[in-house]
Amino acid sequence: MSQTHTPIHGEEETTSTGLNHRKMLMWAFLGSDCMFFGALIATYLVYQGKSLVGPYPIDVFDIPVTSVSTFVLLMSSMSMVLAYAALTKGNMKVFRIWMASTAIMGATFIGFQIYEFSSFSNHHVHIDCMNQSHELTAYEQELYDSGCKDGVDHIDSDSGLKPKTNLFGTTFYTLTGIHGAHVSLGVIWLLSILLLSFKKGVITPEKNLDVDLAALYWHFVDIVWIVIFTVIYLFGVFPGF
Amino acid sequence: MSTFPISIPRPTNPTGVWNWITTIDHKKIGIMYGITAFILFISGGIEATLMRIQLAGPELDIVSAAIYNQLFTMHGTTMIFLAIMPLGAAFFNFLIPLQIGARDVAFPRLNAFSYWTFLAGALMLKLSWIGGATDAGWFGYAPLTSIDQNPGTGIDFWIISLQILGIASLAAAFNFIVTIINLRAPGMTWMRLPLFTWMSFITAILLVLAFPIITVALIELTLDRYFAFNFFSVANGGSVVLWQHLFWVFGHPEVYILILPAMGIVSEVLPVFSKKPLFGYATVVLAGAIIAFMGWMVWSHHMFTVGLGPVANSVFTITTMLIAVPTGIKVFNWIGTIWGGSIKLNTPMLFSLGFIAMFLIGGLSGVMHAVSAHDAQQQDTYFVPAHIHYVLFGGAIMAIMSGIYYWFPKYSGKMFNEREGKLHFWLMIIGQNLTFFPMHFVGLDGMPRRIYTYAEGMGWDLWNGISTLGVFILIAGFLVMINNLGRHWRNGPIAPADPWDARTLEWSIPSPPPEYNFKEIPIVKALDDWWITKQENPEKVASIDEGSVGYSDGNHGIHMPQASYWPLVVSVGILIAAYGVVFNNFIMPWFLAGIGLIISFIGVYSWSLEPVNDPDESSSH
Amino acid sequence: MTKTPKRIKIFGQIVLSIGMILGLSACYPSHSQSTFDPNGPVAAAQLEIFWWILIGASIVFVLVEGILIYSIFKFSGKSETYIPKQVHGNHKLEITWTLLPAIILVIIAIPTIDTLFYAASPPKHALEQHTLEVIGHQWWFEFRYPNPYENTKEIVTANEVYIPVGYPISINLESVDVIHSFWVPKLAGKVDMVPSEGNSMWFQANEPGEYFGQCAEYCGTSHANMRFKVIAVPEPEYVAWLQYQASSAIESTDPLALEGKNVFKSAGCSGCHSINSTINKGSVGRIGPNLTHVASRRHLAAGVLMNSKNGGPVNDFYLQNNLREWISDPESIKPGNIMSAQAAVYTNSDRKLTEHEISALVGYLTSLK
Repeated sequence: MSQTHTPIHGEEETTSTGLNHRKMLMWAFLGSDCMFFGALIATYLVYQGKSLVGPYPIDVFDIPVTSVSTFVLLMSSMSMVLAYAALTKGNMKVFRIWMASTAIMGATFIGFQIYEFSSFSNHHVHIDCMNQSHELTAYEQELYDSGCKDGVDHIDSDSGLKPKTNLFGTTFYTLTGIHGAHVSLGVIWLLSILLLSFKKGVITPEKNLDVDLAALYWHFVDIVWIVIFTVIYLFGVFPGF
Repeated sequence: MSTFPISIPRPTNPTGVWNWITTIDHKKIGIMYGITAFILFISGGIEATLMRIQLAGPELDIVSAAIYNQLFTMHGTTMIFLAIMPLGAAFFNFLIPLQIGARDVAFPRLNAFSYWTFLAGALMLKLSWIGGATDAGWFGYAPLTSIDQNPGTGIDFWIISLQILGIASLAAAFNFIVTIINLRAPGMTWMRLPLFTWMSFITAILLVLAFPIITVALIELTLDRYFAFNFFSVANGGSVVLWQHLFWVFGHPEVYILILPAMGIVSEVLPVFSKKPLFGYATVVLAGAIIAFMGWMVWSHHMFTVGLGPVANSVFTITTMLIAVPTGIKVFNWIGTIWGGSIKLNTPMLFSLGFIAMFLIGGLSGVMHAVSAHDAQQQDTYFVPAHIHYVLFGGAIMAIMSGIYYWFPKYSGKMFNEREGKLHFWLMIIGQNLTFFPMHFVGLDGMPRRIYTYAEGMGWDLWNGISTLGVFILIAGFLVMINNLGRHWRNGPIAPADPWDARTLEWSIPSPPPEYNFKEIPIVKALDDWWITKQENPEKVASIDEGSVGYSDGNHGIHMPQASYWPLVVSVGILIAAYGVVFNNFIMPWFLAGIGLIISFIGVYSWSLEPVNDPDESSSH
Repeated sequence: MTKTPKRIKIFGQIVLSIGMILGLSACYPSHSQSTFDPNGPVAAAQLEIFWWILIGASIVFVLVEGILIYSIFKFSGKSETYIPKQVHGNHKLEITWTLLPAIILVIIAIPTIDTLFYAASPPKHALEQHTLEVIGHQWWFEFRYPNPYENTKEIVTANEVYIPVGYPISINLESVDVIHSFWVPKLAGKVDMVPSEGNSMWFQANEPGEYFGQCAEYCGTSHANMRFKVIAVPEPEYVAWLQYQASSAIESTDPLALEGKNVFKSAGCSGCHSINSTINKGSVGRIGPNLTHVASRRHLAAGVLMNSKNGGPVNDFYLQNNLREWISDPESIKPGNIMSAQAAVYTNSDRKLTEHEISALVGYLTSLK
């Protein structure tokens, strides 16, 4: 028989699949964000190795430092999971702690990014023409070849990597910058949920969809970073890729 | 009341301008989309008319080179993004909930947001005529769009408008994906979905996956123009071909976004006026899905002459030829639908039949393009606009006309004049062929495209003249249409719920439908459920119109989502921010952009904290 | 009730006649940029594959439109209450009309790909000295023969180039600014000139003649005004042309020409336009077309102004008129051109050329045969 009352609120109504509207929306959005990052990563890969001038990845990347920030972001995903678990169990205090720590770790990651961007753009090369203490990178070799002659005994080059320096700068800053913007928006979202959770009845063990959605977004942003870290950083400095 | 951070009462106007401005009713939003898009379609037509007058003869001086180049760029951009896509959206909005037996879409406020954001993008693009519109072609190849080549604001307006329109399209696509998956009436399985809804669903998925790519391309171009990034900077090793790849990976799925809804409309109209079901429903659905899938694999056929090499060109030749197969399947299935039927040659049916006839020609010239060895002669000549306009004007627009007439009784509650409708059809089909068929000739005769004039003695005069003549016949047709539909929307005879003896659910409710659509959500037992219901219970038709007085009939105790201001606020914020990006040194650097962003942010915040319905509000206004 | 067969017949005849008239009227081999008049193996091969697809498409068109129109006539006009048989599909039919087009398309794909490879690279017997470099500018074509025959210097000219009849010409394409496209319809399909990449193609002219070409990728304001000529001549004549192009500019002793030569320098023309000279080192500008032998060119301003009546030999009267028109107001002939936008004599009203200076320049340039 037919029904007379069909409420159309996202949470309570019956849906054809039993899945929640907003959750499905988030998945659809993440699908499009996938294509978005895909196009950015594709641009990076198309231009990999094609910069006309340095510095090149191997000159500026500091894998140990970036590994730490990657680890922090990964751990933030874990704390996000713990936050959601605590919420569904009804432990509001623990939930808030894990939410706060996720946001703090996200902010820490952004801090690392800012540090990285500024150190790349202030990258400095010092070459001792008489004796080299380490094997020169391709870029340093270029500087050496063009600068170390006629009795010059050292070169100090302001070799900062900026977006307009070369293709590497352009594509690297765009891709990681946009990723950083995604993380920042995520941090704002998490903090908003944290603040709202202090208002009665807004976030409860049953009304946990907002946290669920934020968690999905957060994990997505983390996964994108794993791809970026692997493809841009690791493949960028280790030979054979 | 909506809550933090800004508490304002929710809009409660039952009628009038404010009701429409704050509405979240999919039917009203659909009508707004349709009227806005139609007006923009006319503006694109004016741009085309000016172009055609300039080209009516050799070495004319009706418009300058600079203006002509803006005209063809704005014409293309307008027709694709401001006419065909939103006309499609008008149909999605109005019809999808009705066809699946729902009361509204999954996210009514997001729906309103889509419309207002689309309007913002449209305004931004069209207003860019003031001070110099973009003139780099609708596909804006680098490095013609670089800041060196094109220092004015025209390109910036084009970029930002497209980004805004992208947001609007994505929001709508997300909405319809969730709606179609999640809000189908009980018994409405996937293989019982009306064809139009199916094609809309596939289109929405294409939108979600394709738009982000042009978003990236436009972001890269913006960074190049504003901050001297090197994405398309030849001097720094950048590749201008990268722009083409990014653009066309979006651009080719985009043309399927344009045509699939039109094919959906035709698939609805033909069965009704043949009194037969769609021939091979499952095949037609599958063909649509295959077209959408394969559409990702053909993009470089737009780049056959760029120098990708014979190997790459061969691959794309094969994929492009193969995509003709599912397209052909649809055409044959449509003919199979009318074969053996009882055909009623009224206005909607004539337009749908005209679609098949014209789209066939466009499809065949498309296969000629796919023969890439000869495409080296066809590319960038008038042969390409010939193909484009047969598939998009004789194709998509004709199908949309069919839909506009077919569903007219449903959305206006009135009947139009049949004779005038037929007149429009004949004017359109004659005009279409006069205008665009000669373009095949001059193209193969060596006339390049996008030229503001041509020399005497090239032999192109006659066909260009005929082509221009055809435009005026088309204009006459549209005047007939506007007169017919405009008059009758106000004062036409009242339309019954099911004037066409149709097959799908939207015809089982009054014309126009009440706010809540269905008094009782139907239980669907089969494909073409309404048709079968009528065969078994003919008296059902008569009982529909009881109690219908139109859109603002009140809720009758059915719980409907409440109107909201926030979608509009966010759209306004986006518009301000967009102007702030183009005029980024107004008062202070990035001042306006910042204001716009803040407004959007507040809007988004308030919207997300506003419940779908206020807990204490009573359900009828 | 079906419509009387007679009406279908008449309708069909009308459509068919219109179709045939249309079809025949489409081909104008005599038109200067027609793709139906191939004069070389590449264009011929490309046209041949087109005939195949045109025939195929026409057959499909007649068949499908025919069935469509037939069914419209046959199945309309029935009574309002008649409900036809509710057919849902026919698997056999659907499989047939899936496989058949697929097979036809695969068949067409094979010669298509073959022709693609044929057109892409010059034949093995193409000579090094017949390598032509074409460089696209907004809005003119720069032509260079880097190694026209051994131990000769590079030839540079603009907008008009000679090729020897019967020899394959390898063409390397570049651009200094935006994307252009090199297209001589009667010799070959087009290939784009992309600033960030080098492209290549080849063609051959089977017969002597003047082959019209036009830029075929939108490249800015005066894209419509970017045209050129490829002039195919028997080999001895081609060699003579090469030698002529290699020679220095004629040093006219005519007083007006001498005055014009000075104006050429003082007005700043030599900053962009190169004129080889044996007396002075000559101008080194490369931004604008090389003008060493400009007075021998059949057209000016990239194919826009014709220096003769109806394409005959260069006529000094027309040449002088065109030069005067161009120098006096280049913007009216080629909107957006770089000369009007950047040369001081056009941008700075204090330095505007006087009528006399223009006459002197015209006199000088006309002497550069």
